[in-house]
Amino acid sequence: MTTSQDKPIKVLAENVHKAYGRNEVLRGIDLEVRAGEVACIVGPSGGGKSTFLRCINHLEKIDSGRLSVDGELIGYHQRSGKLYEMRDKDVAAQRRSIGMVFQRFNLFPHKTAAENVMAGPVVVRGDNRKVAKQRAIELLSKVGLGDRGDSYPSQLSGGQQQRVAIARALAMDPDLMLFDEPTSALDPELVGEVLEVMQQLAKSGMTMVVVTHEIGFAREAGDILAFIDAGVVAEIGEPTEILANPKSRRFQDFLGKVL
Amino acid sequence: MSTADPTAQPQAREKPPIEAVPVRHPGRWVGVAIVAVFAAMLVHSLLTNPNWGWGLIGEWIFAPSIVKGVGVTIVLTFLSMIIGLALGVLLAIMRLSPNPVMSGSAWVFVWAFRGTPVYVQLFLWANVIALYTTISIGVPFGPEFFTFDTKTLIPAFVAALLGLGLNEAAYMAEIVRAGILSVDEGQEEAATALGFSRLQTLRHIVLPQAMRVIVPPTGNETISMLKTTSLVIAIPLTTELFFQASAVGNRLFQPFPMAILASIWYLAMTSVLMVGQYYIERYYAKGAMRNLPPTPIQKIKRRIGIGREA
Repeated sequence: MTTSQDKPIKVLAENVHKAYGRNEVLRGIDLEVRAGEVACIVGPSGGGKSTFLRCINHLEKIDSGRLSVDGELIGYHQRSGKLYEMRDKDVAAQRRSIGMVFQRFNLFPHKTAAENVMAGPVVVRGDNRKVAKQRAIELLSKVGLGDRGDSYPSQLSGGQQQRVAIARALAMDPDLMLFDEPTSALDPELVGEVLEVMQQLAKSGMTMVVVTHEIGFAREAGDILAFIDAGVVAEIGEPTEILANPKSRRFQDFLGKVL
Repeated sequence: MSTADPTAQPQAREKPPIEAVPVRHPGRWVGVAIVAVFAAMLVHSLLTNPNWGWGLIGEWIFAPSIVKGVGVTIVLTFLSMIIGLALGVLLAIMRLSPNPVMSGSAWVFVWAFRGTPVYVQLFLWANVIALYTTISIGVPFGPEFFTFDTKTLIPAFVAALLGLGLNEAAYMAEIVRAGILSVDEGQEEAATALGFSRLQTLRHIVLPQAMRVIVPPTGNETISMLKTTSLVIAIPLTTELFFQASAVGNRLFQPFPMAILASIWYLAMTSVLMVGQYYIERYYAKGAMRNLPPTPIQKIKRRIGIGREA
C-alpha cells in the first residue's frame, strides 16, 4: 500500500481518555487516519478497541482529549477557546457521514433487507421512497445480495446479514466507515464473504477504521495497524512491517495467540 | 451401512414406512367421561329449569334499549382505549425521557391513577362539578381568558371517558414502557449511528418492535375495559348495556335472566375482540418468525385439502 502523507487527515485522536465510573478504559489514545486509508485496530478483549471506535461517532462520550473527523470536533463546538456540547440534532448530522457496522449486525428485524438499507435515506434524509428502494437494490447487488431485497433478516445467514448491514451503512453515502469486529459473530465459513466485501470497499478508496481479530485482513487490506492494549495504542505502523517485527512483549504474546 | 454401495442412487434404497402402535392415553377417556357427565347436568338444568328464563331472554335480547346499550358499551370501550393508548404511549416516552421533569410527572400520573380504584375515579370525575362550577383558563390569581361551565363541559359520557381513559392510560404506560425496554439496545444504536434522532428511532425502529410485546396485554386491557364500562353507574351514565339490562330486569322482577342476557352480549363482544387480537398479533410477528403460523381459516382449508401446500 502507498503511504499517503499528502492526503488530508480524516480521523484525528489526541490523548483520548474515557472511563466508566472508576474503570479507565481509554488512557490516552493517539491515532491519525488519512483519507482513503484503512486503519485496522487489534488487541486483547477489554483493551478499549471497541470503546474507542464508538467514540469516533459519539456513541460514547470522551472524558478528555480531542477527537475530530475532517478537522471537526465530534460532539462539541469550539468557540473562542471554549467547548460547547452539541445538540442531539447536530451530533446526528455529524453521524450521517460516518457509517458503522456492528459485531452483531443490528439489522432491523421488522424490515426487509431492502427496507433496512432504505431506512437511513428515507427517514433521515427524506429521500423519495422509490428512488431509495432502487438505490437499496443497487447497494445490495454490490454486496452480492441483489436478489434478497425482500428477505427479512431472520431469513438470511449471518454473513448475508452482515453484508446487508454494510449496504445499510453505505446508503447514507458516508466518507468514513467504522467496523466493530464485523466478523466475530460469524461462523468461520461465512467470514470470507464479509471480508471480501470490505476489501472491495477498501479498494474503492473508502476511509475505514476496522476493529478486528482477522490479522490476515489487516495485512492484506490495511494501511495502518494499531495494537491497542490497556487503553493506549501500544504499537502502530505499516501492517506487514510491525507484524514481522513486533517490538513489545505484549504484542508478541498477542500475535502468538491469534496467529 | 458399510456394505452399501456408496455410488448407489439414494432413490433406489427401500424406505419401508414406520408402522408402530401409537401411545395410548387411557386417562383422556376418563377425563372425557367426567366432563361429559357435568356437561349433561348443565344442559339438563338449562333446558328444564324455568328460572333461567330463556323465553324472556329471547324476547329482550334484541330489544332497542338493549341494543343501544351494546352500542354505548362498544363506543365507550373503544374511545377509552384510544385515549388510554395514546396517552399511555406519551407517558411511557416521558417516563423514559432523560429530562427529570418529564419522567417525574409521568411517574406521578401513573402513581395516582393506578393507585386509586377506577370506580372512585369515575365518581370523582362526575363530581368535579361539585368542586368547580366553572373552569377557567388564565393566569393564576390574574385575568381569565376562557371560562367553561362544568355542567356543559362534563356531561356523563365525557366524565365516563375521562375516568376510564385516564385510568387506562396509567396501565398502558407501564405496558408500553415494558415493550420499549424489551427491544435490544443494539437497535437504537444502529439507528443512532445512521443519524436518526431520538424520536425517529422511537417511531420507526423501537415502537414497531415493541408492539410484539405491547399487543397481547393491550388485547387483555381492551377485553377488561369492555367489562369495566359496566362501572360507569358510578357517574351515573345509564345508557350502557348492563344498566339497561338491569333496568329491564328490575321492571319485570326478573333480574337473573337479564344478567344472563347481559353476559351473553359481553361474551359475544369479547369473542370478537379475541379474534381481532389474534390477527393483530400475527401482523406484528412479521420478521420475528421465519414463517408466520397459519390462520385458523388456513388451517381448516389445509385440513380439507383446498389450501396451498399441505
